[in-house]
Amino acid sequence: MKENCIIKIENICKNYDGVQVLDNINLEIQKGEFVTILGPSGCGKTTLLRILSGFVKADSGKIILEGEEISNVPPYKRNLNTVFQKYALFPHLDVYDNVAFGLKLKKMPVDEIDKKVSKALKMVTMSDYEDRDVNSLSGGQQQRVAIARALVNRPQILLLDEPLSALDLKMRKDMQLELKEMHKKLGITFIYVTHDQEEALTLSDTIVVMNYGKIQQIGTPTDIYNEPQNSFVADFIGESNILDATMVRDREVNFVGHTFECVDEGFGENVPVDVVIRPEDIYMTSKIESAQISAVVKSSIFKGVHYEMFVETENGYELMIQDYNSFEIGSEVGLIIKPCDIQVMRKERTCNEFEGEIVDSTTVEFLGAEFEIAETDLEPGTKVRVEIDFDKVDLLDDKDDGAFTGVVNFILYKGNHYHLTIINEDRECIYANTNDVWDKSDMVGVKILPQDIRIFKAEGDE
Amino acid sequence: MKKFLAQAYIWTLLLLLYAPIIIIMVFSFTESKVLGNWTGFSTKLYSNLFTVKESGTTFAVDTGELVVRSAPQGVSSSLFSAIENTLLIALVASIISTALGSVAAIGIFNLKGKKKQAMYFLNNIPMLNPDIITGISLFILFVAVGLTQGYATIILAHITFCTPYVVLCVMPKLIQMNPNTYEAALDLGATPLQAMWKVIVPHIRGGMVSGFLLSFTLSIDDFAVTLFTKGNEGLDTLSTYIYADARKGGLTPELRALSTIIFVIVLVSLTLINVYSIYSKRKNIKKQYWRYDKAS
Repeated sequence: MKENCIIKIENICKNYDGVQVLDNINLEIQKGEFVTILGPSGCGKTTLLRILSGFVKADSGKIILEGEEISNVPPYKRNLNTVFQKYALFPHLDVYDNVAFGLKLKKMPVDEIDKKVSKALKMVTMSDYEDRDVNSLSGGQQQRVAIARALVNRPQILLLDEPLSALDLKMRKDMQLELKEMHKKLGITFIYVTHDQEEALTLSDTIVVMNYGKIQQIGTPTDIYNEPQNSFVADFIGESNILDATMVRDREVNFVGHTFECVDEGFGENVPVDVVIRPEDIYMTSKIESAQISAVVKSSIFKGVHYEMFVETENGYELMIQDYNSFEIGSEVGLIIKPCDIQVMRKERTCNEFEGEIVDSTTVEFLGAEFEIAETDLEPGTKVRVEIDFDKVDLLDDKDDGAFTGVVNFILYKGNHYHLTIINEDRECIYANTNDVWDKSDMVGVKILPQDIRIFKAEGDE
Repeated sequence: MKKFLAQAYIWTLLLLLYAPIIIIMVFSFTESKVLGNWTGFSTKLYSNLFTVKESGTTFAVDTGELVVRSAPQGVSSSLFSAIENTLLIALVASIISTALGSVAAIGIFNLKGKKKQAMYFLNNIPMLNPDIITGISLFILFVAVGLTQGYATIILAHITFCTPYVVLCVMPKLIQMNPNTYEAALDLGATPLQAMWKVIVPHIRGGMVSGFLLSFTLSIDDFAVTLFTKGNEGLDTLSTYIYADARKGGLTPELRALSTIIFVIVLVSLTLINVYSIYSKRKNIKKQYWRYDKAS
């Protein structure tokens, strides 16, 4: 297994102007694998790819290509080739000269270049276009030339930076299949960066999900889809219902006011967890007696293959369901969820936790702001641990009313409330539960009442 | 009525703009020594322009105005050497400016944030600075460092005021460039120098050519800076020659013919450039049609 590893990324960190873009990334990629790095924009995936290609230098960490460290090798000496998002063909050269660029630099004999170029162009079905000016080609054709230009050099690894994102949907689907075909035929390792989860599921042998500069999960497409390890992955890949739940005991989990049988063990008893249920895994029936819970259909939209419906359970939880049959809006239905379709996840956090410092007997400082607290007898300057429940964080429209201002960065719908991630200027996160609807990148004022701030003396601070 | 006024306005404007040059052109076809006096059609001034006066060479320098003015045939060789000097200085200065300016543009383009803005600002100042101040300060500088004034100082001075214009011409081409193009070249195995030569230079070539042409015309055109940096060894460019000539009590008539020739050369080259760009645009469109034809 170890011998098959082509590239190893060890403890890679990268800061841009004090913002941690990559936070201790470790990754091993096998020879011939099709690996996709998937994440929302700004998650650090492109930076990671640029570190691999050598355009960006990591602050720390190592890249080992087939047993040799290449962290300090310049890009033109690395046997990796990149396909760029916007093709980056050389506009002053025709198709042939674009593809031959790398080979000519290697001072290869002309007839050999000829052979290789026509072979590469044939592979991307662009054989008739050799003499064409690259500006006269369509986006899809340009990207084919860019792929040929990279592959003709026989790289050890082909790096692809969102290569299809500039193409229209139909073209993108065709190119996805072609890329997969090429990968199979050539046996070259592909590292593919995208924010399109469907693309990642279609193409990859392995998906690496990234967010906030950290790897969230590594696994096969089926693993990632069926067994997401946290709510971010569950939300990002496909549609999902993510709900707060309590693990009653092994194989029993309680959510939306009902205890369901499940297949997960080892969480302990009465432990708060998150559950993920895919919308296609909830079965709807008009026989309410035989169902586990009942709900009322709130909306129904025809999506071609299936209907997408939102139902509301007795306890006010909203669930998304995809079903081949349509149920009338307003009708009462029964819902059944099979044990194996419930994915239980450990909660990443149960409340906000910060490191803070006492300013005076009624003020504590954390997250770069000062908060009023119930009177404390701790000395000013004492380092403390601060805890705040998610639903005690008030979000205000008026930025000036809050103790500090933040931006809504991530919104997770939990069936009956929203779980928001708010980021302040220093990129620190605070999490809040709310029933109000906020949009991503809204500016909010954050306010916390004194009695809701729990303070503990930091350990080891004697 | 409205249309008539609009038409009248534009034609009056054009007439006023071109009147001086038209007058010069018309009067280049008559022998009269004084501008504005028509003494019959003649191409004598033109033929004079291409015959150097045999004996006038030494006299012209020694006794100045009298010899030149009384010469019945041809122009003095000092006018010829002024034309030669002008072209030589313009050529050398614009070649060096183009090289310097292009490299500077690439450097400034790759700077980040405040540094980039500061450098861009610094580049713009010399263009806004009045010529006379540039001239005086360069004069003082050359005297201070003890540089003998002559060809070298004129060329250095011209490079000084031409280079910022080259930066200005090249910069838009760099901004238009796909930011990944340079990286793509490195990725395919080109060293930074090779990438610059094989990818960036071809990309900014258009900007370099217009920068070169602009420098060339600016250099030919310049008077103030040249006057202060040419020294007093009798070195003249066309502009300083004409100035000196006019001050001696009237313009040598042949200069009317020379002005006309220069104007016609400029007019023809501008027309050619425009026709070429229209033609190449059409060619591009045709190419695209061809592509669709082939595809369908």
